[in-house]
Amino acid sequence: MNRLLPVLVTTAVFLVGFIICSLQYPNFASTRVVANLLTDNAFLGIVAVGMTFVIISGGIDLSVGSVIGFTTVFLALAIERHDVPPLVAFALVLVICAAFGAAMGAAIQYFDLPPFIVTLAGLFLARGASFLMSTESIAINAPLYSDIAGYAIRLPGGGRLTIIALMMLAVFVAGGVLLHFTRFGTNVYALGGSRASTALMGVRVGATTIRIYMLSSVLAGLSGIVFTFYTSAGYSLSAVGVELDTIAAVVIGGTMLTGGYGFVFGTFVGVLIQGLIQTYITFDGSLSSWWTKIATGVLLFAFIAFQQLLVVLARRPPRRVAGVVPS
Amino acid sequence: MALRLPRSGVPQVLAFLAILAVNWMVSAQFFDIRFQDGRLFGSLIDVFNRGAPVALLAIGMVLVIATRGIDLSVGAVMAICGAIAATLADTQPLPVVIAAALGAGLLCGLWNGLLVAVLGIQPIIATLILMVAGRGIAQLITEGRIVTFTSPDLAWFGGGSVLGVPAPVAITFTVLVLTILLVRRTALGLMIEATGGNARASALAGVGTRVMTMAVYVWCGFCSALAGIVAAADILGADANNSGLWLELDAILAVVIGGTSLFGGRFSVVLAVLGALIIQAMNTGILLSGYPPEFNLVVKAVVVLVVLLMQSPRFSGLAILLSGARK
Amino acid sequence: MSEGVSSNTPLLEVRGLTKSFAGIRALDGVDLTLRAGEIHALLGENGAGKSTLIKTITGVLRRDAGTVSLDGSPIAPHSAEEAATAGIATVYQEVSLLPNLSVAQNLFLGRQPTRFGFVREGETRRRARLLLRDFGLDIDVTAPLDSYSVAVRHLTAIARAVDMSARVLILDEPTASLDANEVEILFTVMRKLAARGIGIVFVTHFLDQVYAVTDRITVLRNGRLVDERLTAELPRMDLVRMMLGRELVEATATHREAVSPTAMSEPYAVFENFGKSGYVAPFDLTVRGGEVVGLAGLLGSGRTETTRLVFGVEKADQGTVTIAGKPASISSPSEAVGHGLGYCPEERKTEGIVADLTVRENIVLALQARRGVMRPLSRREQDEIANKFIRLLDIRPPDPERPIGLLSGGNQQKALLARWLATEPRLLILDEPTRGIDVGAHAEIIRLIRQLCADGMALLVVSSELEEIVAYADRVIVLRDRAHVACLEGDAVNEPTILAAIAADTPQAA
Repeated sequence: MNRLLPVLVTTAVFLVGFIICSLQYPNFASTRVVANLLTDNAFLGIVAVGMTFVIISGGIDLSVGSVIGFTTVFLALAIERHDVPPLVAFALVLVICAAFGAAMGAAIQYFDLPPFIVTLAGLFLARGASFLMSTESIAINAPLYSDIAGYAIRLPGGGRLTIIALMMLAVFVAGGVLLHFTRFGTNVYALGGSRASTALMGVRVGATTIRIYMLSSVLAGLSGIVFTFYTSAGYSLSAVGVELDTIAAVVIGGTMLTGGYGFVFGTFVGVLIQGLIQTYITFDGSLSSWWTKIATGVLLFAFIAFQQLLVVLARRPPRRVAGVVPS
Repeated sequence: MALRLPRSGVPQVLAFLAILAVNWMVSAQFFDIRFQDGRLFGSLIDVFNRGAPVALLAIGMVLVIATRGIDLSVGAVMAICGAIAATLADTQPLPVVIAAALGAGLLCGLWNGLLVAVLGIQPIIATLILMVAGRGIAQLITEGRIVTFTSPDLAWFGGGSVLGVPAPVAITFTVLVLTILLVRRTALGLMIEATGGNARASALAGVGTRVMTMAVYVWCGFCSALAGIVAAADILGADANNSGLWLELDAILAVVIGGTSLFGGRFSVVLAVLGALIIQAMNTGILLSGYPPEFNLVVKAVVVLVVLLMQSPRFSGLAILLSGARK
Repeated sequence: MSEGVSSNTPLLEVRGLTKSFAGIRALDGVDLTLRAGEIHALLGENGAGKSTLIKTITGVLRRDAGTVSLDGSPIAPHSAEEAATAGIATVYQEVSLLPNLSVAQNLFLGRQPTRFGFVREGETRRRARLLLRDFGLDIDVTAPLDSYSVAVRHLTAIARAVDMSARVLILDEPTASLDANEVEILFTVMRKLAARGIGIVFVTHFLDQVYAVTDRITVLRNGRLVDERLTAELPRMDLVRMMLGRELVEATATHREAVSPTAMSEPYAVFENFGKSGYVAPFDLTVRGGEVVGLAGLLGSGRTETTRLVFGVEKADQGTVTIAGKPASISSPSEAVGHGLGYCPEERKTEGIVADLTVRENIVLALQARRGVMRPLSRREQDEIANKFIRLLDIRPPDPERPIGLLSGGNQQKALLARWLATEPRLLILDEPTRGIDVGAHAEIIRLIRQLCADGMALLVVSSELEEIVAYADRVIVLRDRAHVACLEGDAVNEPTILAAIAADTPQAA
């Protein structure tokens, strides 16, 4: 029960928020708004899935925003300047991201360094690399892009479920399955519980750590691909600060920043809550965009304080040996 | 346990001199200093002048890191305080402007300190809240615009001079001396190092570890506020979006380059400031050499990696010997 | 008691195991023989070498000399996992499972049944339930481990080990935080496993439990094997003597001249009905200037707990304190320091020294903390204090600027003593002041304790070394099961009387 509590609270917060918005703006509760919510936050959602794995394992990945920026520039240059077919460019960039993430994971594991600092170096490196490739915004005009932009599942009520929204949903489902139904997923939780105990229990801690950061970087790369679908451009300054939004979404989604607890579904709701705040501000028209950050900060504080309370409560004497039957 | 760089600071001084020498090779006028309008000018002066905000942040950050903490919010606090100063500058007398900005910084520090010392939240998580919300608060103050001012009083903090020394340099130097007096002429330094080295043992010896922790975050808030004022005065305005952006990372980097371990304990304020100057000298050198300024980030990434590897317990046999003897 | 002790080849045979740390022998030629189906108690006080022995057998530590054989063939595991694969599993007091995972996940981590790469949750749960039922546990295996009591966590760890085909099970103080009912459940499981032919090494400090469940006893003391006996043939009194034993350090041999009660000063600190529920039963304690009060008892009897309560590390929930005739409150270490108390904890590394700081800084820390931040000791004063105590206590090397982490244990201990002596305390609490330090330093510290006392300081000293306590204590308080059970004075301060009080055969929690 305790484990589910943060996610339930998050979900309740989202539902209450959505109802309040709907009462205030009659047009709010429509498939159009919901579909846009999904589309606008697709790239954030995808990268947040990776961050969920990292944070549950007790780590953090500050490099994701830069990796998204790097991906957009790489794709724009490859597709527009070097005529690489988009699909080949996608594959290439994902391989690069995978290698990048694996290198960070290996540095964390084998040099015994704090993830915060290693991924900080990653942040500098990836952003610097994208600046070096190009500092201007490059439009992407490949036919594939207009095809993708043009296609969507039409929902009753005028909503358009776009390809990128579908991609995000797919990543959430796949991430949920990977985290909750595979040995790898259990190992991720185990690492967040205690690295030492996990190693004692025979789990290959090194390989797991490397895979976790690889996954995070690959999803950041995928998020970058989605970002180019969304903006049809590559720009080295894109997605600056997204690492913060991502971490906030994961924490608001009920995942413990200290590791060990969390759900992919919670992150999904966390992303939706951030989107909801933005949508509300757009609907309102008079509120300014900075309220998003303040509201996110307040929610972040509320959830961190709430989790701290749960930790304190958990330190009290545990249940008695309920259910023990001496044989 | 990380390998501690020699406290003498020889490597840092050598690194700084080497970078200056490279800069000189790149640009023969590097060491030229002119005296004009009662103020010194020149590339070398620029290194000190431009490096002032990060140096100020590093002065606060080094104390926080010495207690085994970290403050991610310094950039956001800079933005808040700069915004307050710029907004009030043309309508209020200077003492009110400065007091308001510094007061806000102290409050931010107090908030962080409360979360860490009283609620017991991990520093990196606790300060993340203000890192996210702070920039929103700054934008709220400036109402999303770049607020400009004309007050020559406040402008002095960026463009003025004291006996020919640019004001930012003079301010930084004053704060440096003040901080050193505070920590080394009282018992604060010893208490902070004891708290960071072994909080439990220190508490048992009667050290008020909570008060120490609170104090360093408050001081860090104060230093960030000053950095915000200097940055605002420099551009005669406050840009809530970009003021102090990423500077928290530079400040942490400066502290690490200055040989203070992220695992707390021994610290050196002077070397942290030297670390900030090393970073700025690299920036200036890259500018002078005609490389795009974007190259900076890549160089920083490399510096982070080198310093990290030097601190890594597994990298150097010497480190293993040392840590073995200590354990 | 279990059967099947007849097999010729012992299951686990340890011969001449030796291990040194920084020149100090933690294990000196220790033997241990474990037969199949046997429950074997491994006993000894702190520092006797039990943990080192376990870690050396399971490869967590590399042995310097000696052999370990499993079923007659020598093994040399390099890690606890390797040992587990070979069939030797260890369950520590702080169970090394994952509190955030479910019971089922803990049981099958890394070996969950899978189909097409996906974990078969239902099957995992079914197997977990089946496995635990065998251990008398019928619990919700999907609940996270940390929602269960320590007893369930221990049983889970044991079940995992047994299911991974362990034949030797090492239980390191599994009963330390269990209640009587839980202990009984654990014992039932242990007997059942022994009946299946598994050999169990059982580390505990509860003597009643030793007699309740074990077949054989091996006692270690100061890194050496004292003896191996059949439990049924070893009287309790002899066992306690073997554990606390006598290894005379010459300087400490004689009991100190008893101070006549009339010559004693007024009580400095009086604790009345002082206690904390679930921690130490309420006790009365009076300490006078110029007096050494010893706290004796076996490990876990409440000695350390008493000192922590007195110094305010743990807050008492009942009782009163009177310091120098005035009512006082001690609810934090800094308050205790303010009342003239000092405290050298047993855990020198984690609670005593600040390893990175110099000897000088470590020595002045408490004095500086008491003076406050705004009244710093000048560097000259610091040097004077540090040098004075380095000379007085013969701290080596006599270099005040050396990081204290680089000193030997005995010298660290002296520096910690210096830290408190510098504050000129009225009442100094020493928890195992001679633990883990070499013989020379040992004698010096005892000489020092006597001298401090002669200077009028009050001392409260915890020690497992009976002859040591007898050598310096005016009064000895004996503890058992977290309660003060006897107070010995005058001529009663001698080893046999203390031993008898410790070993008194009262029904204990189990």
